[in-house]
Amino acid sequence: MTKSELIERIATMCSISKTRAELVVNEVFDAMTQSLAEGDHIEIRGFGSFTVREYKPYTGVNPRTHRPVDVGAKKLPFFKVGKELRESVNARAGTPLPSDSDD
Amino acid sequence: MTKADIVERVYSRMGGFTRRQAQELVESVFDLLKQSLEEGEKVKVSGFGNFVVRDKSERPGLNPRTKVKITLPPRRVVRFKPSPVLKKQLNPT
Repeated sequence: MTKSELIERIATMCSISKTRAELVVNEVFDAMTQSLAEGDHIEIRGFGSFTVREYKPYTGVNPRTHRPVDVGAKKLPFFKVGKELRESVNARAGTPLPSDSDD
Repeated sequence: MTKADIVERVYSRMGGFTRRQAQELVESVFDLLKQSLEEGEKVKVSGFGNFVVRDKSERPGLNPRTKVKITLPPRRVVRFKPSPVLKKQLNPT
């Protein structure tokens, strides 16, 4: 599912226009982005939580040239799947994954 | 930030929806994300990130208390790959 498919499904499911649905979906992800950018964490019960992890600067190696590269300090978002979703996703382990049609 | 905060933001920023409608809309967004992932389908949210479903094969494990060797069954897990846009938001220059 892509964001535009999500928007279409919201429009149908909630009987609103696609334009309004797009605004809603963007607002949801903008709110989450802003929250993480402010260093806050997000907790959506049943779905999962997002936290920001801080990484110290380090010297890495360019795998192609084997030359050292300095990687500066950075922050990365980290998603931890919630118990409910983890269990419902895992319930289908062992069955084939659907082929990706949206790639 | 919790779901309630997101609802409040949709309600206050959008206009034309009651609080209850805003609540239903936000619930629907996360319900659809969950449904897709439960079916093993990845979710791509441009500008935010991709949620992908991956299969992990069985692997040998150890009961840490009894030290008995066991085989851990295959699992299906959700991974989040943040979009470059989101990473940039967290690292303003």
